[in-house]
Amino acid sequence: MSQQIQVSGLDAYYGKHKAIEDISMTIEPQSITAFIGPSGCGKSTFLRTLNRMHEVIPGARVEGKVMLDGEDLYAADVEPVSVRRMIGMVFQRPNPFPTMSIYENVAAGLRLNGRHPKSTVDGIVEESLKGANLWNEVKDRLNRPGAGLSGGQQQRLCIARAIAVKPEVLLMDEPCSALDPISTLAIEDLMAELKSRFTIIIVTHNMQQAARVSDRTAFFNLAGQGQPGRVIEMDDTSRIFTNPAQQATEDYITGRFG
Amino acid sequence: MTAIQRISAGRRFKDRFVQSLVYLSFAIAVVPLVAVLWMVIKNGLARFDMEFLTHSMRNIGAKDAGGGAYHAILGTLEQVLLASLISIPVGLLTAIYLVEYGEGTRLSRAISFFVDVMTGIPSVVSGLFILAFWILALGLPFSGLAGALALSILMMPTVVRSAEEMLRLVPNDLREASYALGVPKWRTITRIVLPTSFTGIATGVMLAIARVAGETAPLLLTVFFTDSINSDPFNGPQMGLPLYVFDQAARPTDTAIDRAWAGALTLILIVMLLNLVARLIGWWRSPARGR
Repeated sequence: MSQQIQVSGLDAYYGKHKAIEDISMTIEPQSITAFIGPSGCGKSTFLRTLNRMHEVIPGARVEGKVMLDGEDLYAADVEPVSVRRMIGMVFQRPNPFPTMSIYENVAAGLRLNGRHPKSTVDGIVEESLKGANLWNEVKDRLNRPGAGLSGGQQQRLCIARAIAVKPEVLLMDEPCSALDPISTLAIEDLMAELKSRFTIIIVTHNMQQAARVSDRTAFFNLAGQGQPGRVIEMDDTSRIFTNPAQQATEDYITGRFG
Repeated sequence: MTAIQRISAGRRFKDRFVQSLVYLSFAIAVVPLVAVLWMVIKNGLARFDMEFLTHSMRNIGAKDAGGGAYHAILGTLEQVLLASLISIPVGLLTAIYLVEYGEGTRLSRAISFFVDVMTGIPSVVSGLFILAFWILALGLPFSGLAGALALSILMMPTVVRSAEEMLRLVPNDLREASYALGVPKWRTITRIVLPTSFTGIATGVMLAIARVAGETAPLLLTVFFTDSINSDPFNGPQMGLPLYVFDQAARPTDTAIDRAWAGALTLILIVMLLNLVARLIGWWRSPARGR
């Protein structure tokens, strides 16, 4: 299962500072969309508005609409917690829960949201770890602490934890920036597999990565210091990297700035 | 370009000098600690026996041998338990409010300020406050509970401060990871934040308990004093170990002095035992255990 996301006229603020302005885009189900652009241009902020994580920061707020299959996530009566169950997230730095074992980490989303019979949880843990290509490496030590794994394994553990709650959409905020090339490759392969089940959105600073994994790419930029970030261009990845419509996009991907 | 240099004699001397200074200050810091322990153990062992642990001072005069601190041990345990029951929940919830909910608000700044002020309250003042409020104004009797109230005034700020510090050490990443799984905030606090900081909070709470277990002045004014066993902390005067030591040490005979030393030894042992329990719980809860 995966669903379409439609964003229209979205602004996000940190206190008085407007971080992103007037973003509109459509993200198709069962695809990988990459956000690229220089640091501080609002890619991560925008990503966090999609599952209402932005408002967790004190003083942060959002204006505009985010529709998930026709339902406005920012409607007044929507419970943010339920939005985050539908739209999972993987962070830049692997952050397994340090008090929990590998098994408990993957089961955390289920267990913290209600009671489930052990057999169900066992099944979902195995399925999620297999889904994250980690099962073979950890199946004999599920009761060891999650923090004892290597960085790349920890990040795949976090992906397993995110997909265990069976979200529709998976948001990934620079998931490979803290990893070595081999682990990065493992996660990129994983994304290609997960694409059939989830809508995936990834923020990345690595343009080769965006070119390798994504179907669509959005280029973010800001007009100047202190100005809000905007989407300059969004198109099929092959087009963005070969024949972008905007001069700024071309300058960025060819390495002339940023 | 600079050449590779040899370590000069001057630097070598300075290094040695500072090193010995560090060792010296360590020794100076440890000497009183060891001396206190040594004195208490040496003098306390004379009367540290079964009779001491199981008998009260009823019908035992200053000159009589025998007698014990059972009533005082019981009183101290009950008073400290009651004080903990009052101040740990209040202190912990205050810390959770300060860190998780009140960040930057006027209320939380006011609470922080008053907690700091409370930390500086001399222990006798908290005893005087309970004496004036609980016993004189409300007309309630001297009791272990009154003592526990006075102790909890001293304990609360320590619990708030240490718990607050430990909660702040929990990385925000973990909270966000939990939110991103669709876990509500209160459950994130109870299931992720508190377990992560559990060991640190337990240590802080133990230090707070250790601090109040040795308080004499507030007890003197609130639980009063007795030579008999009173196991009911809600009614009538009780005894406490610090009070017992204070009382016995003031008497002129060797038998009383020996009892005072044994009382001090008991108090130290109780606090050490509590600390040990906290460490064990911390070790048992720590994620590294499975490795």
